[in-house]
Amino acid sequence: MATLPVDDMAITRAFGPHLSPRTRGSGSDEPERLVKTHCCFCGQQCGIQLKVKNNEVIGFEPWEDFPFNRGMLCPKGVKRYLQGSHPDRLLTALVRDPSVESGFRPMSYDAAIERAAREIRRIQDQHGPAAIGLLGGASLTTEKTYLLGKFARVCLKTPYIDYNGRLCMVSAGAANKKAFGIDRTTNPWSDMVGTDVIWVAGSNVAECSPITTNYIWQARELGAKVIVQDPRITPIARTCDLYLPIRPGRDAALFAGVLQLMIENGWIDRDFIEQETVGFEAVAAYCATWPVSRVAEVTGVPERSIRKAAELWGTAKSSFLFHARGIEHHSNGVQNALGTINLVLASGRIGKPKSGYGTIVGQANGQGGREHGQKCDQLPGWRDISNPEHRKYIASVWNIKESDLPGPGVDAYEMFRKIDAGEIKGLISICFNPKVSLPDNQFVTRALEKLDFYVAIDFFLNDTARHADLVLPGSLQEEDEGTVTQVEGRVIKINKAVDCPGEARQDWRVIQDLAKALGRPHGFTFDSPRAIFDELRVASKGGVADYSGITYEKIEQQMGVFWPCPSDDHPGTPRLFEPGSDNPVAKGKGRFYFPDGKARFNVADYRPAVDDASAEYPIFLTTGRVVSQFLSGTQTRRIGPLVKHYPEPRIELHPRLAEKLGIADGAWATAETRRGAITLRAMVVTTIRPDTIFIPYHWPGDKSPNRLTVAAQDPISKIPQYKVCGCRLRPADGPPAYAQEREAQQ
Amino acid sequence: MSVPQHLEFFVDPSRCIGCRACVEACTECDTHRGEPMIHLEYIDRGASVQTVPVVCMHCEQPTCAEVCPADAIKRTGDGVVQSARKPRCIACGNCVVACPFGVPELYIDRAIMMKCDMCYDRTSVGKKPMCATVCPSQALYFGTREQISALRPQSMPTNTFRFGEQVIRTRVNVMVPRRPAAPAQIDVTAAMDERPPRRAVRLPVVGDDPDPFAEVEV
Repeated sequence: MATLPVDDMAITRAFGPHLSPRTRGSGSDEPERLVKTHCCFCGQQCGIQLKVKNNEVIGFEPWEDFPFNRGMLCPKGVKRYLQGSHPDRLLTALVRDPSVESGFRPMSYDAAIERAAREIRRIQDQHGPAAIGLLGGASLTTEKTYLLGKFARVCLKTPYIDYNGRLCMVSAGAANKKAFGIDRTTNPWSDMVGTDVIWVAGSNVAECSPITTNYIWQARELGAKVIVQDPRITPIARTCDLYLPIRPGRDAALFAGVLQLMIENGWIDRDFIEQETVGFEAVAAYCATWPVSRVAEVTGVPERSIRKAAELWGTAKSSFLFHARGIEHHSNGVQNALGTINLVLASGRIGKPKSGYGTIVGQANGQGGREHGQKCDQLPGWRDISNPEHRKYIASVWNIKESDLPGPGVDAYEMFRKIDAGEIKGLISICFNPKVSLPDNQFVTRALEKLDFYVAIDFFLNDTARHADLVLPGSLQEEDEGTVTQVEGRVIKINKAVDCPGEARQDWRVIQDLAKALGRPHGFTFDSPRAIFDELRVASKGGVADYSGITYEKIEQQMGVFWPCPSDDHPGTPRLFEPGSDNPVAKGKGRFYFPDGKARFNVADYRPAVDDASAEYPIFLTTGRVVSQFLSGTQTRRIGPLVKHYPEPRIELHPRLAEKLGIADGAWATAETRRGAITLRAMVVTTIRPDTIFIPYHWPGDKSPNRLTVAAQDPISKIPQYKVCGCRLRPADGPPAYAQEREAQQ
Repeated sequence: MSVPQHLEFFVDPSRCIGCRACVEACTECDTHRGEPMIHLEYIDRGASVQTVPVVCMHCEQPTCAEVCPADAIKRTGDGVVQSARKPRCIACGNCVVACPFGVPELYIDRAIMMKCDMCYDRTSVGKKPMCATVCPSQALYFGTREQISALRPQSMPTNTFRFGEQVIRTRVNVMVPRRPAAPAQIDVTAAMDERPPRRAVRLPVVGDDPDPFAEVEV
C-alpha cells in the first residue's frame, strides 16, 4: 500500500517541513573542534569548517585555504548547518499506520529492517527479482552510490536502478561521451582567469553555482568578454557583454547558426579539425541549412546579436564555454549540448591552460554520482553494463558470475511507468524526492499509490516518502564520511562531524543491514566508507573514470585529486586533452578517449519541443532554481533564514504580458498546461521574455510547477524537458486554499 | 588590538548578485545578537536584478558620532567607527536620521543602536570581516590597495563623497568604473529588438553631474 496513510496536511503537521527553531549559531560559544569538510548542497562543493560541540554542529567558520572557494560561500552554505538537530529529523524507523493522527508510528530499527527484507523477499518470490526497483541520488557520496549500484545488481539482482541525476547531468554526460569519449569538465576553474571569451549557455550561474560567478567576473576584469544565453536576465546576464535572449527550447538552432557564421567567415581551426576530429563535414552540411535569418526567426535572438556572438567566439584566441540545465533540460538536451561542443571543437580551443569546456553540475556529487554504477546502464569506472568485457571485469571484482549480473535497466521516469504498469511492485528510495522533482508529478503520485511495498531511506520525511510503508532513518551529510567529485572533476573528502542521532544509521550501514536481513550479505560486509572506496578504486581501475590511484590521504594532501588518477604515484589530471596526453582508450593514438584518439563532431539538429507553445497554450513555461533553495527543498525548506529569503514560488512575467492579461505584481495568477494548473503570486519583472513565464520548482503539491511540466524526455539521455512547455496564464479567481492552510515552506 | 592600516574594505555594487550570503553570515555573530548589520536590497526588482550591499562606511568624521547627544559612538584609532556603547546609548535615533549612507539601525526592544563595526572581533586579530570572506562574487572585498588594483584593473577605489554641502571621507572604499560602464541588461525586450532603445540605467560614475557622488577624489 503506498497511498498516503492520512491527509497530507496531517502528515505535514507532524513531520514538517517546519522551520528550524534556531536561526543562527551560538556565535561566541566555543566549539570543541572545527571539522574541515564541504557544503552538502550544490556541485561547487565549497570547502567549509563546521563548528562542533556536544555532538552538534553549532555554526561554521570559512575554510579559506581550500583552493576552489577560498572561504566564499552562498547563503545555503552559510546556513546549511541548521539542518542538524532539527525537530523534523527522523530519529527512528517509521511504519505506515492510518490509525494514528500523523499516519506513521515509530518502529525499532531492527524490526523495520527485518520487515523491509521480508516484504522484498515476498515480492521477489512472487514476481521475480526485477519486481523491485531502487532509486538513488547524486547528493550521496561516491561510496554510497557505488554501494547502491552493487546492491541492486548483486543483492537484489534487479536491473531496475536509476538516480536523480537523470534530472540533472545525463544530457551533458551523453554528449560528452559522444564527442570526447569521457564525461568530465575539461579544466579547473582557475584556468578561466585570463581567457578571451566565456560563453554561458543556459546557466543561472549567480543563483545556482554562486562561486563560479567570481571566476567569470575575475576573467572579465582581465578582459574576457562574457556571452550569456538565457530567456531571463539573471544576475550573471545583467553585466554581460552580449546577452542572447533565446526563446526556450531553441538552443540547437542558435549553435548551428553561430557555427555556420564561423565557417562562412573562416573563424575555425582547420588544422585541428582535420588532424584531431572526425565528422566535421556532416556538421557543416547541417549548419548550412541555418542561415542567420532563419536562426533569428526560430530563436528570437536578433541577427546582429547572433553575428556578434559568432564574431566574439570565432575570433577569440582563448575561450571557455559552460552550459547547465538551461540547454540540457530538453527533449533535445543531448543535441543542445552537442551543439556547444561543436562550437568548441571548431574553434580548436580545448586542452589548453586558458581554453576549455565544462558543464556545471547541479548536485553535490553530480559528477561522482554519475560515474560508478547507480545509473541504469552503467558499471563502476564509467563502464557499460552491456559491454561483455566490462561485465566480466566487474563480476570478477564483485566475485560473482558474469551471467548473474543483470543487464541494463531503465531511466527513473520509465521506472515510474513500470510501476504504473504493475511491472515494478516494490520500491526502495534514497536521496530522491520524485513527487516534487519529476515532471507531470501527479502521474508520479498515481504511480506511487500503486506500489505493493515502498521503503524510503531519509533523514527528513520528504514528500515522496510520505507514501512509504516503511521509512528507515538515514544520515545527514555531516554524519558520515566519504568522497564526492565536484564540478571541476576534483575528488574531495566529506568528513564526519557528528554521530547519527537516535536510531538513525549511516546510509551504507542501512543498505548493508538490508542485504544481511535478506540473507544475501555477500559483498556487503564493509566496515567503513574507506573500505568501500578501496574496492571502488579496484572496480574503477582501467575504466575511463579511473580512481585507482586516489586515496583519502592523497585527497587531503593535495586538497582534492582530479580523476583520472590511474596509479599510486599519479598526481591526478586537472586538465584533460592536453597535447601529447594519452589515455587507456586511445593508447597513444591521440588525446581524446576513442580508439583513434580523435574527438567527434556530431550533427546537433534542432527539433521543436514536445508540447511547445501553441494557439491553445500560447506562453512558454520554464522552470529553475532560486539562490536560497535547493532542489526539492527537503533540507532548505526547513532552514528558516533561507525560507525567509524567498518563502514561496512566484510566477515571473514581463510587464507587457502582465498588462495584456490584467495581472498586477503580487496578485494571484493561475498557470495552466495540459497536465494541470497551479495558482501562485505574480512577480512582474522586465527581466524575462514577454512570451515566457518562469516558476522555481522547490515546492510540493499545489505550489509545484512540476504539476505543469511535460514528461517528454530526450531520446538518448532520458532527461525530462523541464525548461519548456506550452502554458496559459490568467488572473486567479482568488487566493488558493493552501494560502490559509499551509505555512509558506510547506 | 586594532585593524591594520594597510587592510581596507572595498564595496563593488556592480558585482552584487543579491544572494544574501553576507547578510546571513553577519547574523552568525554574537556581538550584535544575530541581527544582520549589513543592508542588501534590490534597487527596483521590477526593472532590474541589481542589488546593493551597504556596510558601514566608517567615516573619518562620523556624522553619527557628531550628532550623538550621549557620545555613545566612538571612532577607534584604526579608523573603525564602533557600534553604540550600551551604557551610553539612549536610543534617540539621531544617528539613524543623520547618517548619509543610511547605515545605523535602532533596535527599540533593546533600546540601542547597532551597526556594522567591520567585524572588529575578527579584523583586529588579523581575519577578514565575515561578509567579505563569504561573498561569492566578491562584491565585498577586504585586502590591500595593491591586491584590489591587481584584481580590478577596470575600476578604482574612491572614498570621498559629497552630500549637498557635506564632503565625507571614509575608511571603506566604493569601486567606481574607470570608464563609463557599459549599459547593464535590464529589460529583455531591449535585447530582443534589432535596434535596441538607447536607454540604460547607469551607475553613478566619476564626472556625472549633478550626481551626488560626482566630486569623488581618488
